[in-house]
Amino acid sequence: MAAGMDTPPSQLIRLLQLGHAETALRAQAIWQCVSCQTCTTRCPKSVDCAGVMDALRQLSFERGVATPEQRRIVLFQKAFLRNIRRNGRLNELELIGEFKFSTFLHGRSLSFLLKDAMLAPELMKRKKFHLVGEKAHDRAVVARIFARCMDNSLL
Amino acid sequence: MNVAYYPGCALHGSSNDYEQSLRACLETLDVQLKEIDDWICCGATAAHVLNQKLSVALPARNLALAENKGFREMLAPCPMCSMQLLKARKALAEDEALRRSVSEIVELEVRGDTQVLNLIQLFEAIGLDRLKAAVKAPLGSICAACYYGCLLTRPASVVEFDDCEQPRSMEKILEALGGKTVDWNYRTECCGAGMTMASEQIVLELSHKILSNAEAHGANCLVVACPMCHVNLDMKQVNIERHYGMRHAMPIYYLSDVVGLALGLKPEALGIDRHFVGRA
Repeated sequence: MAAGMDTPPSQLIRLLQLGHAETALRAQAIWQCVSCQTCTTRCPKSVDCAGVMDALRQLSFERGVATPEQRRIVLFQKAFLRNIRRNGRLNELELIGEFKFSTFLHGRSLSFLLKDAMLAPELMKRKKFHLVGEKAHDRAVVARIFARCMDNSLL
Repeated sequence: MNVAYYPGCALHGSSNDYEQSLRACLETLDVQLKEIDDWICCGATAAHVLNQKLSVALPARNLALAENKGFREMLAPCPMCSMQLLKARKALAEDEALRRSVSEIVELEVRGDTQVLNLIQLFEAIGLDRLKAAVKAPLGSICAACYYGCLLTRPASVVEFDDCEQPRSMEKILEALGGKTVDWNYRTECCGAGMTMASEQIVLELSHKILSNAEAHGANCLVVACPMCHVNLDMKQVNIERHYGMRHAMPIYYLSDVVGLALGLKPEALGIDRHFVGRA
């Protein structure tokens, strides 16, 4: 995974050691990272690089992300958490709709909005498509857990 | 054998073929799944990339729900869920103050003493000998590339399962059922996981490499134990083929599919007919 990153995990760690946190926060890599844990597993100095990636993303999220390229992935993760906060469980169709719509509002093209639309009939044919998603019964407790963990206005 | 069951959102969503497969398979083996009452999402990638506390609290609530029912072991067939559950369990075990504060946050006392099993571990608990004895249709025609992806074995200090560079647990199960497996290079590489939606290009590239390497080593199918790996390698295979201008036509099975086939179950009973890539 590191091969496709503008700043590989080893260099991100070095930037932080040298006190260049702002440069690290601007790296595309922190949002390209898929959390595969390879860097943590193979680090010869036992640095939990993937944990550092999480910390950088959490900081970047709280401060407002640095670049437009990073924004699409943040929009996806935000839509995911809002969905869980509302339903207790993930509703895939709602998530896709919300994510596509919010990226569209942020200037993505119409083709990105409509991309994957043809997947719907294919999924339906295979009974993998749920118009109405499952919800947890006690959704109020989920909302309270969210409120105790984070500033709800960030989502 | 009774085991608590945390399906997670994927298995109750578009990966419901995985649930169908493992339910059919485990029923044949006389394993009763007891679904955790009113479970909630583990938070998946979104929680741990945006908020640390939430990434512990959401799985912790589910651990508490299982514990309060007296379950000692819980199956979480999605490696994302099982890793998040185990990570929370470890964090709570190492920090009593955190355990107390998280218990308050989730409105349930969390002890963190329920063991979380992935699907491979459940088959191991059932026992290879018992599986072998139950075989009705040996997997003679299968030459599988067993694909572990990231989170089944990583991070090793959290999941404490198999060897994170050279895992063999799936191979052992397949070989016990009369199947063949290949040695190949990409068994623990990442397929792009949950980036399917937000960053498809990453998924296409990683998954293309995985499929190509399995092919080059003579595999006639891939076997996975993760809903996200299945989505990326099966559902996205047509996009991969279009993007790279070459045909893979590689069937992707869940581990419970191949175990179920060996136990004599029909592909339709396991939901294999609902996969995107058909059997060769």
